Amino acid sequence: MPYTPHTKDDVQKMCTQIGIKDETELFDSIPNELRAKSFDIPEGLSEFEVFENFKELSNQNDTSKVSFLGGGYYDHIIPTAVDALSGRSEFYTAYTPYQAEASQGTLQALYEYQTMICNLTGMEATNASMYDGGTALAEAALMAVRIGRGKRKKIIVDSGVNPIYIKILKTYLAYHDLEVIVLHVKSDGSDKETLLGMIDETVAGYAFQNPNFFGSIEDYSEIIEALHNVKALAIMSSYPIALGILKSAGEVDADIYCGDGQSLGMYLGFGGPSFGILACKEKYIRNLPGRIVGITDDREGKRAYVLTLQAREQHIRRDKATSNICSNQNLMALRATIFLSLLGKEGFEKLALQNYNKSEYLKKELSKVDGIKIYNQNPTFNEFVIELNISATEFIDKMEEKGFFAGLKLEKLFEGFENRVLVSTTEKRTKKQIDNFVTCVKEIV
Amino acid sequence: MSLTLFEKSHNGRHGINIPKQVLDNAPALDSSLLRAAKAELPELSEFDVVRHFTKLSNKNFSIDSNFYPLGSCTMKYNPKVQERVGGLAGLTDIHPHQITNDKPELVQGALKSLSILENYLTELTGMKAFTLTPQAGAHGEMTGIMMVGAYHKKKGNSKRYVIVPDSSHGTNPATAAMVDYDVITVKSNKDGSMDIESFKEAMSDEVAAVMMTVPNTLGLFNPAIKEICDIAHSYDALMYYDGANMNAIMGVIRPGDIGFDVIHLNLHKTFATPHGGGGPGAGPVGVGEKLLEFLPDLRVDFAPEKGYFFTDTSENSIGKISPFFGNYLVLVRALVYMQTLGREGMINASRKAVLNANYILSKLKNHFDAPFKNYCMHECVLSAETLTKEHGVKAMDIAKYLLDFGLHAPTVYFPLIVKESIMIEPTETENIDTIDFFCQKMIDAVELAKSNAEAFKTLPTTLPISRPDETKAARSLNIRWQD
Repeated sequence: MPYTPHTKDDVQKMCTQIGIKDETELFDSIPNELRAKSFDIPEGLSEFEVFENFKELSNQNDTSKVSFLGGGYYDHIIPTAVDALSGRSEFYTAYTPYQAEASQGTLQALYEYQTMICNLTGMEATNASMYDGGTALAEAALMAVRIGRGKRKKIIVDSGVNPIYIKILKTYLAYHDLEVIVLHVKSDGSDKETLLGMIDETVAGYAFQNPNFFGSIEDYSEIIEALHNVKALAIMSSYPIALGILKSAGEVDADIYCGDGQSLGMYLGFGGPSFGILACKEKYIRNLPGRIVGITDDREGKRAYVLTLQAREQHIRRDKATSNICSNQNLMALRATIFLSLLGKEGFEKLALQNYNKSEYLKKELSKVDGIKIYNQNPTFNEFVIELNISATEFIDKMEEKGFFAGLKLEKLFEGFENRVLVSTTEKRTKKQIDNFVTCVKEIV
Repeated sequence: MSLTLFEKSHNGRHGINIPKQVLDNAPALDSSLLRAAKAELPELSEFDVVRHFTKLSNKNFSIDSNFYPLGSCTMKYNPKVQERVGGLAGLTDIHPHQITNDKPELVQGALKSLSILENYLTELTGMKAFTLTPQAGAHGEMTGIMMVGAYHKKKGNSKRYVIVPDSSHGTNPATAAMVDYDVITVKSNKDGSMDIESFKEAMSDEVAAVMMTVPNTLGLFNPAIKEICDIAHSYDALMYYDGANMNAIMGVIRPGDIGFDVIHLNLHKTFATPHGGGGPGAGPVGVGEKLLEFLPDLRVDFAPEKGYFFTDTSENSIGKISPFFGNYLVLVRALVYMQTLGREGMINASRKAVLNANYILSKLKNHFDAPFKNYCMHECVLSAETLTKEHGVKAMDIAKYLLDFGLHAPTVYFPLIVKESIMIEPTETENIDTIDFFCQKMIDAVELAKSNAEAFKTLPTTLPISRPDETKAARSLNIRWQD
């Protein structure tokens, strides 16, 4: 039998020690009428057979085309050392670091992760990861409500936030006496005028994404000031690569930052595992959910890393905890830490700039094509929306025949967007690929 | 002293090269949109980074190097083939927005794998259908209780409470609170099962759900489980099965057959996906007839004419709780494990897990307090209460003693209902030699407590650090490196 080391003699010896004749006696306390009525599971296979089956199955997915598909999930470089190091079984087969003495590796890496996330986002505190960008946004909103002592019942979310995150936010908040108001974008940016009229003392927080889902970058300083005037919180979501050049959440005086870490060394993986980033100003740390690592001393005064402020968490506080989260996406946070260390201070900025430059080049070239208009009025970072003289579906299908995943159809996510497509570039796209892409687009529209 | 990456950083040192920039710089963005200075990331060579993290990895216990008898955590061996499959480019490189673009034909293999996994899970548990989207056990619990909420809302039931036993995992009451229910905690009887009389008293029309872990966190099977289900249902309360301990009973019982309405499984426990030092996990949720219409977004379906496809859920769905299909590459690893074991392998895994736990109980029950001396399921609970009273040696001291022998500590101080509890779950993948060694060290610890209790205070001595000052960590908070 796979993965059980018991010989006949072992089993005999163990049964004798226990005082039973057969291991099945150990299940005698389970009455017959409760026993499984069926257990029709296929027979086991050798690992060779299982692998071959999966190889065949994986060939039934098409990942071969040159991709301009983004929308929160991007085809970035993953340095080889990220796989090599996070693939060390001392990391990936370890348990949650509750026993600090036996987990200094994981704990120190998480401390370093926290430092990098704080430095990137300009926030003062962060946890050791959430599930993904959407659940991080939902938890950020719940934090804002707690910080507002439950008296502020409104969360305003900008429709420029990733629509998938907004759906998750709505699900999380549906069971509470709260109102989620979606503020619709005006063209490709936040409707600041309407928003300013909505901000009052009933608002717990306003969540926005910068660059937003259309790739547009805006200045939110006026909004954030208005929020702070009524003691409401600013929740900023972003795509972390953009933090390489764009103003951080700290610099715009946001109170909570959330985002998805996929672009920091995670595979696309059909959507997961990635991880969520959640960070905040230090004064809100006791409202932050999830694990937090801190530095302390051991008995001999040596530097030691431990999980800290655990009185916020479910295993101590049960129904009074800040969240029910237990398992997080630790291994993914480790990958991000390795990714960011390999790129470093200079490299990370360069990477961000290259994404910006390639996207600007593509935008410039596409803007020259008859039948295509650039939808964004605001400056953009690594992606933008094109407006076509044919339907988005036709465009995507025809480009696929030419060897491209040409972008994201927006019609399912935004009303009236039947002929608009979100097009993204990363540092992985070469000039030749971009030029080819533009040539093929010309043949279609 | 273990220096951080930031202390090892040198101005001007470079790590990996990124693809060469062949294009001219685009016009710069307005400075009001740009950050004032580069983010303070460390400056290191690739080799610096490799050595740093390799050294860190050496400061971890892990299942590949150490025995982890952590009760309720099911730290079993993670077969290597899982990683090989999980690394196939045809799986790792699938863009999830192929779903948004409505392109099922590009992801037939992925959808097929999800469909097969769902079939395995429904057959294993006797439930009607599964959502694979929750990303961890607690996330699954929340999904399940949200569906409970949606069910009662649709029926117009006015429900305020979720019942949990006092032996439950902390995530159960915390989950109930996330869905805005108040928690009623029912105490256990002396056999370690939920006290049926107290349960009956707690039941009312205002109870939305009863959350049970089966076998419970004491490693015991509650034979009154069917009666509890029937009572709950008579009030239109739904029965929630916390599958954290599923490893004990694969092929023996199925929650669906007993009458549970909703269940979550921890794939990183029973189905051997790596814990990753705290995640990622995966917490699929199975439902019976009553909750089918409330399942979250997204589901996979199959039609002969068009193959596998994804469906938008019914109008009564609770909505989205994860982007796309949750931790897909974790789900794949679990399926690899299930296909390798097959029917007989799963039955055998549970039997050997229970055998190992009982072997440990029988060897240790006369050396420690054993609140429940009869047979256990996949884990057993001992107590250091007498050792604490007579020698001042606590459960945590025993835990620290073991670390010096390369044995990870069992779960201590949980379940909360046993004083100085030591909860041991060996899993089926450990051999008798390792288990004998562990038992001998546990017995040695008792002897040491009797002869030299003082010795425990300085343990462990062979690990990268000795016992950390947790109070100081919380009082003078240092959670990020600052020069």
